[in-house]
Amino acid sequence: MSATTYGWLVLAFPLAGSLVCGLGFRGLPGRSAGWIATAAIFAAFVSAVGALFMLLDHPAEERELTSSLWDYASAAGLDIKLGILVDPLSVFMCLIVSGVSALIHLYSVTYMASDRGLARYFSYLNFFVFSMLLLVLAGNFALLIVGWAFVGFASYALISFWYRRETATKAGMKAFVINVIGDVGLVLAAFFIFREIGSFDYLEVFEAAPETFAVNDGTAIAICVGIMVGAFAKSAQLPLHTWLPDAMEGPTPVSALIHAATMVTAGVYLIARTHSLFEVAPTAADIAAFTGLATLIFAASVALVVTDIKRIIAYSTISQIGYMIVGVGIGAYAAGLFHLMTHAFFKALLFMAAGSIIGAMAGVQNIDRMSGFRRALPFTGALLAVGALALAGAPPFSGWLSKDEILVFAAERGGFYWIFAIGGYIAAAMTAFYAFRITFRVLYGELCMEARELEEGYLAHSEPANPLTGEPEDTEVGFPGPGHYIAERATPMKIAMAILGLLAAIAGVLQLPGLTDAIDGFLEPTFEDSPLAHVHPATSSAYIGLAVGAAMAAVGIGLAYYLYVVAPGTTDRIRARARAAYAFLSHKWYFDELYDAVVYRPLIAVGSFANSVVERVVVDGLVSATVGAVRGVGVLVRDAQSGFVRAYALLLIAGFAALGLYFLIAAS
Amino acid sequence: MDLTWYLVLSALLFATGAAGVLIRRSPLVILLCLELMLNAGNLALLAFARANGDEDGQIFALVVMVVAACEVVVGLGLIVAMYRRRLPLNVDEMRSLRG
Amino acid sequence: MRGVEEVAFFAGAIGALGGAIAVIALRNPFYSVLALVVHLVSLAGLFLILHAEFLAAAQVVVYAGAIVVLYVFVAAYVGGIEEPLWEPIPGQRFIGPLLAAALFVELSIAVLGTALAGLDTEGPTIPLDFGSPAAIGELFLERFLIAFEAASILLLIAAVGAVVLAGKRAAPGGAGGGPAGDPHEAAGDRGETQSQLGRVAPDGAPTGAPPEAA
Repeated sequence: MSATTYGWLVLAFPLAGSLVCGLGFRGLPGRSAGWIATAAIFAAFVSAVGALFMLLDHPAEERELTSSLWDYASAAGLDIKLGILVDPLSVFMCLIVSGVSALIHLYSVTYMASDRGLARYFSYLNFFVFSMLLLVLAGNFALLIVGWAFVGFASYALISFWYRRETATKAGMKAFVINVIGDVGLVLAAFFIFREIGSFDYLEVFEAAPETFAVNDGTAIAICVGIMVGAFAKSAQLPLHTWLPDAMEGPTPVSALIHAATMVTAGVYLIARTHSLFEVAPTAADIAAFTGLATLIFAASVALVVTDIKRIIAYSTISQIGYMIVGVGIGAYAAGLFHLMTHAFFKALLFMAAGSIIGAMAGVQNIDRMSGFRRALPFTGALLAVGALALAGAPPFSGWLSKDEILVFAAERGGFYWIFAIGGYIAAAMTAFYAFRITFRVLYGELCMEARELEEGYLAHSEPANPLTGEPEDTEVGFPGPGHYIAERATPMKIAMAILGLLAAIAGVLQLPGLTDAIDGFLEPTFEDSPLAHVHPATSSAYIGLAVGAAMAAVGIGLAYYLYVVAPGTTDRIRARARAAYAFLSHKWYFDELYDAVVYRPLIAVGSFANSVVERVVVDGLVSATVGAVRGVGVLVRDAQSGFVRAYALLLIAGFAALGLYFLIAAS
Repeated sequence: MDLTWYLVLSALLFATGAAGVLIRRSPLVILLCLELMLNAGNLALLAFARANGDEDGQIFALVVMVVAACEVVVGLGLIVAMYRRRLPLNVDEMRSLRG
Repeated sequence: MRGVEEVAFFAGAIGALGGAIAVIALRNPFYSVLALVVHLVSLAGLFLILHAEFLAAAQVVVYAGAIVVLYVFVAAYVGGIEEPLWEPIPGQRFIGPLLAAALFVELSIAVLGTALAGLDTEGPTIPLDFGSPAAIGELFLERFLIAFEAASILLLIAAVGAVVLAGKRAAPGGAGGGPAGDPHEAAGDRGETQSQLGRVAPDGAPTGAPPEAA
């Protein structure tokens, strides 16, 4: 079977799984929906591996294979096909997406076991994986936009999965609206591309781009800005980032999958895929990189103070994706994608560990209430630490190698790109700090009540309530189920977390500077047309960068250790002294309030004006006036219907006479 | 006599019939006035047939006679039915179809 | 013989017009029917002048013979109808004749002022059998066969319709008749028919006094 056949199989299995779970949910007993869905994604992963092997069979120059099932539209200059492109970049993304998704599905089988909407959950989750794979495998912009939109929908469906919880539905809507803004940008970019180049097909567009546009041509910058808007909305970068922390309303495996490993990386994938366009418009690439830098510093600063464990990890995601955007913005494509891979591993792992901890806390998500789980949750704690070390960039974990590769590349490019390196290292210290803030807070310190009970063997339970607002809920469908699960007692969760922990720890070996460059080499056919691809930092500078990174990580970990383990009350004192700074950070730099004032309120005002004036007065008035006029005419004319036959006859003869008169006059 | 005389006579008879329909109230008399109008039409047809030397007009007039006969039959049947049901034989009283 | 033709024309015209005016003016409907007979026969005369012999005969036989007889029967059955003096529709009495007169004036202007040349002539020379039954029959059965057949069907339908309309049965057509009216009118119908039968007694001669009051 050829690589493209495997590509189609990669798409077919999740779609089939979604349909089976979605349509056949009545016939599926117990938790089999979960196992079916997991099997589907696992089959997709196997097909992705098959595609990889088939692709490697081809020599390096011929690793761009397309296959199309049928033509959507072939008229008027349009030629849109249902076609996929199997090349190193898409296979790379497929492997990550399907692999991590398979592990998350395995985790979810237990985590969501007591939820009454189990089949719906797995149907949506499979559909999400299908759309993400479609996005990644698409061979032309039209199919990309289809996959993009499906991913947005799947994200909405999964964020508002517990649909009777008002905070969840609001968060889903927020995510969807911001995603639509991104969609608009992407679609406009696609239109411009079609107008200038005349095709939607990737290979044609990327080949024609350098010839059609002069460097920094206005249209090229506009296209890239459109693509960037789409990428930033999907990847939650400034200023379209406000949906991601709220999206933590969804179940934890959803946060792991969508908002850590896959959907938010779609923006990074997009910029990497359209790198030919960005290289024709270097200004746009620089804008992207600066936005990434601003985002990563902003998000790292907010993660220092928020107290909901899932939201800390969410801001961490925003920040790390900022790194990836910086990477693909400055031309370090392979490095950015390597960081994407390692981030998928350790971020999914962190979310899984957080899910286990939240299970132990019976639904409470505030880290100020968690402490002392070191002995009660040994497995979870260990893997939490592994994930945190990888996130912090501590040697020899994968995060260390991947993050520093980007920053070293930035330093190598020189000039004003040094700012990326400096900002990146400062943020690395902040990252290490907040990663270990979670770890030390949760694992060390005096045992909280739930930890004490767990050490005695009882898993805590509480009345179901909304973790954000505290309002009581019930456990019907549309709300979380009654069960709480921890990794120590659930084998599927353990397996999934263990595999991810292993990957987070050792995945770095793929790109040891000077020794191995598996990712670089594999992705080379896709990026070889880029002039920046030939910028390779010297091994010595790479090792200097790694050393600086390790130092930053040490600084962050050390500070966290001091503040949370050695002198536990210090954070409260700091908070009391720097109230303004604390308020600024904990309100997330007041972005939500800004959007509320600048966007939301004016729109609502316009809407209510339109309703009260335009709708009620003008439109309704027009309609009522017309009705009134017609009725008035009817009242007038009704008198002619007197019921007297002779009156009707009179009108008949009168009409006849009038007609005759008209003809006589007309003829003379 | 040239054609004009017949046509004017036909118009006069037609107008007389129309006036009758408008001012009489008995359905029977109204039917009679309808007969007047139909016959006026027949006269005109025959006059034209003579003027054109074509017998088609006479055929037409014959068919008009047939139609008039049928119409009379049905109309009189209606009057008989009205009488049977003790409805007043006055078209002004039959006004339930008012708007 | 132009003179004879003119005299005949005026005679027929005066008869037709007089009959028509009498139809619309006379109070008693029975007299109106008789006036119609005069009108029809005068028209038959006019038809003769126009060389429509078959039609003149048909006019007398069908119209004056059959249709007027129908009218006579119904007028006798229905009897006198009182027409109230006052006019419920305002102005009908005046506007009606006025409009009819207007119609006549317009038609006359159309006829008299027309540019159609042929109207001032007497028409072409016509063959001898113009308007004869043979000629009419030939035309009917050859060129206008469909019209012939359609007219026959129309007559059939009219006959059936009349029987249905005037026949006695419970609540035909009138929703206002309704169940309340049914037994009453059914009884009334039966009563009337029986009284009619009573009038034509088994001995064949109409009896003077009906067995029960109609």
